[in-house]
Amino acid sequence: MSEPILSVRGLVKSFGGLVATDHVDVDVYPGEIHALIGPNGAGKTTLIAQLCGELSHDAGTIALDGKTIDGVSVADRVHLGLARSFQITCLLPTYTVLENVALAVQIRQGHSFRFWKPVRSDTALLARAHAHLARVGLADRADALVANIAHGERKQLELAVALASEPRLLLLDEPMAGLGPVESAEMIEILAGLKSHASMLLVEHDMDAVFALADRISVLVYGRVIASGTPEEIRASEEVKAAYLGEGDELGAEDLVC
Amino acid sequence: MNKTVKIVLLVLLAAFLLALPYLAEYAGGRAFTSLATRALIYGIAAASLNLALGYGGMISFGHAAFFGIGGYVVGILAYHHGTGEAFLGFIPGSNQLLVTIPVAILVSGIFAAIIGALSLRTSGVQFIMITLAFAQMVFFLFVSLETYGGDDGLIIRRTNEFFGLNLRDRTTMYYLCLGMAALVLFAIWRIVRSRFGFALVGIRQSERRMAAIGLDTYRYKLVGFIISGIGAGIAGALMANFLRFASPDMLAWTKSGELMIMVILGGVGTLFGPFIGAAVFIFLESVLASWTPNWQFPLGIILLFVVLFTHGGVQGLIERLGGKRE
Repeated sequence: MSEPILSVRGLVKSFGGLVATDHVDVDVYPGEIHALIGPNGAGKTTLIAQLCGELSHDAGTIALDGKTIDGVSVADRVHLGLARSFQITCLLPTYTVLENVALAVQIRQGHSFRFWKPVRSDTALLARAHAHLARVGLADRADALVANIAHGERKQLELAVALASEPRLLLLDEPMAGLGPVESAEMIEILAGLKSHASMLLVEHDMDAVFALADRISVLVYGRVIASGTPEEIRASEEVKAAYLGEGDELGAEDLVC
Repeated sequence: MNKTVKIVLLVLLAAFLLALPYLAEYAGGRAFTSLATRALIYGIAAASLNLALGYGGMISFGHAAFFGIGGYVVGILAYHHGTGEAFLGFIPGSNQLLVTIPVAILVSGIFAAIIGALSLRTSGVQFIMITLAFAQMVFFLFVSLETYGGDDGLIIRRTNEFFGLNLRDRTTMYYLCLGMAALVLFAIWRIVRSRFGFALVGIRQSERRMAAIGLDTYRYKLVGFIISGIGAGIAGALMANFLRFASPDMLAWTKSGELMIMVILGGVGTLFGPFIGAAVFIFLESVLASWTPNWQFPLGIILLFVVLFTHGGVQGLIERLGGKRE
């Protein structure tokens, strides 16, 4: 197998007495979708926050393409090829759908210290943004204000904005959350189609989506990776059943904070 | 409002502003020209503050510092031009507007860079308080400079020279300020629509999102803050020429508050709003002050009304009346 694009070793993060990430090892290989599952409160979103640089970790290393990115800022990690989508959508409400994507394209193109030329008449920029919207099926909503679009559309837009950074590794934080069955099926199809463009670390609760998309799955419980393997291996693992699938409801009720 | 109506309104407004000194003289109220000049100068300062506050989401409570620094640059250069000795021993004084304005831009820009670089490490209420604290430091610095008048301020014996124009003439000064206001308005209009402005307004909406798509938000906020400070510095330089006086009063925290009130009155994050706000503020101040020495009280009530009911200041009100928004 080739070198992993993302390699996480011995990652630790604690908040006071709570160990949110407990010696986590995760590898994502080029071209694969690596799913990260686990009950609520397992530390999935905390892990994503450390990978994208919003939170600093206490110990361990994160390497992108074999080079460590510990201490690299969120913005610089994007330029190294790491982009994320947010679980609770984080978009610019007074901009249109197209503008949200265009801004990401603009930043991808280099610095934004250009003070004079109107950006909205830059047809090349807008055309690129349009192309990204088309990939997630939002082309016909380009001119709608983000404040006025539906939840499902926001989820799609999250993905389009992440794609506009042209990442080699996508961190997807629950892209299906809150979607209806039809929208979920659409999203699965979109993600499957993107596989050739970017590797993905997919955090998701929707098991149908996970088993439909993932090449490998890691199971996170109380901040620890208790199992990692192919979907078949995970499905067969007694440990996973006991720790997660079997007691899922009970765990979920305890830790709704995530 | 469609485009033609907008253009017609703009042309009418420009015609009115160009004719204003003559209209004022015809109506027998020459003081009105001075009032309009002050409104234009404050409009420049408020529009600059609005770039940081309205477009960039940086609620600076210290913009009087840059306004006052612009004023003191003119005052100090004029002082050294008068005495003939150089500032700090090597910077000669000047009474040329083409020198003093660029120096005011440079100095207020440097101050904005220092204050911004430190203040922008914080956000929210802390940012408001820290910008206020820095402005107070600048205020007390100038109060303590006895050479430049200290508490009493610095009288500028002669206004700056500018292409042989007599800037003591109220009408000439009015046109100079009108021209500068138009320039500043045009610059802000271009900046807001540029790639930089696109990113800056994005930062106001969600800094987290902007970082997640690869923007080093701190640098962009800092540059926005510096441009904003420079604009206030230009306004201060004009004000010192207009009043022929630079005083700590220009640096007082109440001045920062007044600039904020102008922005809010006119419309936060709108292009013309701060100019409208400044005009309304100056007009109300002079009208209310002729009725009562406690003119701030009725002004406060009006401000309350504007904040509660207009949804976006006077500019928002105009746009709604024009049917632009529901």
